[in-house]
Amino acid sequence: MVLDFLTYGFMQRALVTGIAGAICCAMIGLFLVLKRYSLFGDALSHMAFGGIALGYFINVYPIWTATVVSVAAALGITKLRKSTKISGDAAIAVMLSSGLGLAVILISASHGFTIDLFSFLFGSVLLTNMNDVLLILGISCGVIFTLIALRKPLLHFTFDEEQAKVNGVPVEKLNYLFISLAAVAVIVTMRLVGILLISALIVIPNLTSMMIGKGFKKTMIISISLSVTATVAGIILSYPLNWAPSGTIVMILVATYVGTLLIKRLGSFSKKITPQENIINSH
Amino acid sequence: MVSEPRLSERGIRMSMNVLDVENVSVSHSGALAINNISFSVQEGDLLGVVGPNGAGKTTLFRAILGLQSYQGKIKLFGYEGHQYDTLLPMIGYVPQKVNFEPNFPATVFDVVALGTLSGKKLRKGAKLIQSCGCCWNRIFGTSSKDSEKIEKVLEIVGLESLRNRRISELSGGEQQRTFIAKALVKEPVLMILDEPVTGVDLEVSNKFYSVIRRINKENKVTIIWASHDLTAISDHATKVACMNRDLFFHGEKDEFFSNKDLLKTYSESAMQMHMHHHEL
Repeated sequence: MVLDFLTYGFMQRALVTGIAGAICCAMIGLFLVLKRYSLFGDALSHMAFGGIALGYFINVYPIWTATVVSVAAALGITKLRKSTKISGDAAIAVMLSSGLGLAVILISASHGFTIDLFSFLFGSVLLTNMNDVLLILGISCGVIFTLIALRKPLLHFTFDEEQAKVNGVPVEKLNYLFISLAAVAVIVTMRLVGILLISALIVIPNLTSMMIGKGFKKTMIISISLSVTATVAGIILSYPLNWAPSGTIVMILVATYVGTLLIKRLGSFSKKITPQENIINSH
Repeated sequence: MVSEPRLSERGIRMSMNVLDVENVSVSHSGALAINNISFSVQEGDLLGVVGPNGAGKTTLFRAILGLQSYQGKIKLFGYEGHQYDTLLPMIGYVPQKVNFEPNFPATVFDVVALGTLSGKKLRKGAKLIQSCGCCWNRIFGTSSKDSEKIEKVLEIVGLESLRNRRISELSGGEQQRTFIAKALVKEPVLMILDEPVTGVDLEVSNKFYSVIRRINKENKVTIIWASHDLTAISDHATKVACMNRDLFFHGEKDEFFSNKDLLKTYSESAMQMHMHHHEL
């Protein structure tokens, strides 16, 4: 059989963690994109990279240190942004560079774990072990359940923070919770596409779904479906083609986005020229 | 129509003032935006707040809504502080402009449904998470009671045929009517409308004025409404507050429009502000 490789344990583990990460990223990503925080995922993943380097340095399971560092940094930067009123892109630049700075110091201070770090940079979903699968599944379920339960206040807060506040939504608490969930979702997906490509999974399926989805719920369902399909297809295709799964997943997402954009453009172009053609024909 | 807000159920006596603003001042980085303003709003008032650009109307509204720090006292049904905050969801607020992402995928129905999310429901939501209960209808959809309310307010503002259109695809006037519907669906006791028909054509403006008069008369919703349009204020408001950082006048509409000196002062200050903006 052509798809015999799907019976391999590592492939099944990759698919399970991949699907969980794809759902998490698509859900949290829609709120991030709509709040104009598209690059926040990138900043969080760079902070997580610092956390992973710290984990290897102090010999602690790196996903734990990455979670602690990125959640703490996300909360810290949110507080800093609020108290100093620095802009969102400046806050992202601070997080991004400090995470990477921490990682570079720790890597230079000790030698021998750079190959492992490399797998976090570009993803290594085929190398996930059972511990990773259980942890990622547990965290994903927590993130997905919280997002579903808080869907309405989160939507209100994303649409207009001030109106949400007047409506009795605890905006500040919700903001901290949301940022923490985003940090955790990034950790979940790190194994899948790697730190450098994480933004693609957060942003691209949502940009595509926003072009075709009518209504918030439908847009989110489309985004999740696209993300999961691209992840499964990417993992499956990458094996016989001997490509990196992370790059394959991201390029499928990019192709879907470009394809949808072209179809939309052609659709609106034909709508625009049809009335003119009718006028010309009538003459 | 939206049912009359049950004030007594919320522990509020009908004889109370809806809003009391007492000696309120607001400064923006040292510059005085509002100077020692005091006035009260009674139940059923349709108060038109007039003043030139930069007169502090929006700042005053933001202070009432708890979005702006201020000196002085603001009481909602006689309450201040934490109790005031818990009463805030009873205010329906329509700002001058809502800054949302241009491609926001929510439909008109989705946006109006946000108004059904009051503090009470949020507490229920928190309990839901704690108990890990599965009330899927509440989580995934809108309850049938809320859907009914949403349909009714969409009918009031004349948007029932656009309920499934994306908010980002609507014109400015249609978006503004959506936000009025969102404020109305809360069954508010007080509505604060900040220049709600700016940039909206005459037909839609007239439709809007008939809507606010209707909800004021039939639903007994108290309305505070900021506008530059003195003709509209004269046609639809019952009371007038005239301000330009200070409060020049607060009282019956006829008293304001029969006072030539006051109208002259308003016109001059409006003209001065206009010239100042023009020079800038």
